[in-house]
Amino acid sequence: MLKLIKSLSAAALLSVVAFTGVQAAGASIEYKSINWQHTGMFGTYDRAAAQRGLQVYREVCAGCHSLKQVAFRSLADLGFNEDEIKALAAEATYEDGPNDDGDMFERAGKPFDKFPSPFANEKAARASNGGAYPPDLSLIVKSRVGFENYLYSLLTGYEDAPADMELMEGMHYNAYFPNHQIAMPSPMSEDAVEYSDGTPATVEQMSKDVTVFLAWAAEPKLEERKNMGLKVILFLLLLSGLFYAVKRKVWSDLH
Amino acid sequence: MSFEPKNPVVRWVEDRLPITGMMHHALYEYPTPKNLSYWWTFGSLAGFMLVVQIVTGVVLSMHYTAHVDLAFDSVEHIMRDVNYGWLLRYMHANGASMFFIVVYLHIFRGLYYGSYKAPRELLWWLGLVIFLLMMATAFMGYVLPWGQMSFWGATVITNLFGAIPVVGETIVTWLWGGFSVDNPTLNRFFSLHYLLPFVIVGIVILHIWALHHNGSNNPTGIEIKDKQDSIPFHPYYTVKDLFGLAIFLIFFSAFLFYAPNYLGHPDNYIPANPLVTPAHIVPEWYFLPFYAILRAVPDKLGGVLLMFGAIAVLFALPWLDRSRIRSARFRPIYKQLFWIFVLDCIVLTYVGGKPAEEPYILIGRLATAYYFVHILILLPLVGWFEKPKPLPASISEAVLAKKPSAEEASNA
Repeated sequence: MLKLIKSLSAAALLSVVAFTGVQAAGASIEYKSINWQHTGMFGTYDRAAAQRGLQVYREVCAGCHSLKQVAFRSLADLGFNEDEIKALAAEATYEDGPNDDGDMFERAGKPFDKFPSPFANEKAARASNGGAYPPDLSLIVKSRVGFENYLYSLLTGYEDAPADMELMEGMHYNAYFPNHQIAMPSPMSEDAVEYSDGTPATVEQMSKDVTVFLAWAAEPKLEERKNMGLKVILFLLLLSGLFYAVKRKVWSDLH
Repeated sequence: MSFEPKNPVVRWVEDRLPITGMMHHALYEYPTPKNLSYWWTFGSLAGFMLVVQIVTGVVLSMHYTAHVDLAFDSVEHIMRDVNYGWLLRYMHANGASMFFIVVYLHIFRGLYYGSYKAPRELLWWLGLVIFLLMMATAFMGYVLPWGQMSFWGATVITNLFGAIPVVGETIVTWLWGGFSVDNPTLNRFFSLHYLLPFVIVGIVILHIWALHHNGSNNPTGIEIKDKQDSIPFHPYYTVKDLFGLAIFLIFFSAFLFYAPNYLGHPDNYIPANPLVTPAHIVPEWYFLPFYAILRAVPDKLGGVLLMFGAIAVLFALPWLDRSRIRSARFRPIYKQLFWIFVLDCIVLTYVGGKPAEEPYILIGRLATAYYFVHILILLPLVGWFEKPKPLPASISEAVLAKKPSAEEASNA
């Protein structure tokens, strides 16, 4: 009886632990599953994919979506050199000031600037997008249940609506969006960008690349974290071994 | 006290303020039962986690901005720009979960071995006060990043006070510092989130004081009778606790470095928006059993009373439990009830994380009912009709007899 209760408790505890990750999200939709290079214990970001993803973000997404937590200088993580970063930043203009005369002025972007936002404020964004507000993408991968797989599924999930479904004005059918009605039209089309490394720009490829880029944007310290974790855990294993040996030694004179 | 410092400076201080002697007594010579199992390590682990939370929290607060327009971005600033800011924040956020894990295990250990019984009732009470303060601190801390769950969690929980008849609404307005959860709410939560941990430190000192006055309970539940039964805290338990700490840190590190957001909620990476309610508002996992009890009652006031009652009844435990025997080792029926109670608490946690729909509503109600039945009815009753197993004559006798027994080892 006692054994049974204990094993029941253990099983219940395990199932609770296993499902807290998707806490009550009611995620009934199964997302497409990609084997991302950066997930897993030793995973690192695929630099080439992230660089292509930056291009997709700049040429496809940035017209509507901001990326306001990310500074140009942090692109060094993805393998861009200082000159490339300076050149990328300089393509944007920023209002700065006031200068000594008390006037605001415009200047070219610098590496310390964050990515420029396409709209001045939320009202302006809504006015240009039929009332919908394109969310900031800095944390999009971390802030949605399903994470990378959700974003990839969403970007590749545009289909014709089922015959019995009536879409609201200005909405588009997406198999993976909650309620399947999304204001954003399918953002990707075949060859929407031209990759300099010759990778064919299919919808799947661009979606994958931009997802890797945005995963990095959401969690830029992932590699540093996993790297440190490995060292810390190895050290702790050694330390527990030592403490255990000392404990055995100290306690051996008892009883 | 046998403490005679050799160092002249220490002796000079000791003659004027006997603080070194007090520490020596508490951490060195403190006579401890020789049979404490690793379940007794969770007390010192809880103390360790309190220190971790305070140290990381103090540094985080140097970079955090408590303002509705800036809080979310300041947390991202910590994650991206502050040196090892990501490490500090993930330590602090996961540290809260770790703190609750060790405290829950510490509480269940107390329940299993009857550590709340005379003469340790005040020790038990002080522990419950620490638990309540921890819950308040954790709740307010979760509001600070000002994400969607921060905002809506704060809204739901503060609104509970609105259930109080007549003055409820006034109290809620007073808590908010306005007519909705807004900047004044965030500011006061930050202030209190910084204050309460130091109140916890104060209660922890009383908790340890009360502990050392009567000494630790132990797996047999019988008191120390002579010198044979006890060993000095140092080096025996310092080294045992250090080994426990190292193992615990591996567990902590697994979350911290490899799944730092696993125990959190994705919605909290969306900035707070008073105009958009998340589909499911879920508290952090360590509140889920209480959330399940809250939702088990269709009436708001009833739910709130039951939720607070779930903790209030724990204060009465030393008097509800009629058995004179402390340890469940010698209480065959209580031992089974204990594990059913553990299962019940896990079920409550599970239900608390589910949406309020069938079958979870029914399961939640049954589990809530059982929680109170266990404490209010079964515990007092079982003390009357249970026939305890014979107690060993002393701790050292139990230790010597225990060696060959495999069954006890699995329960220790």
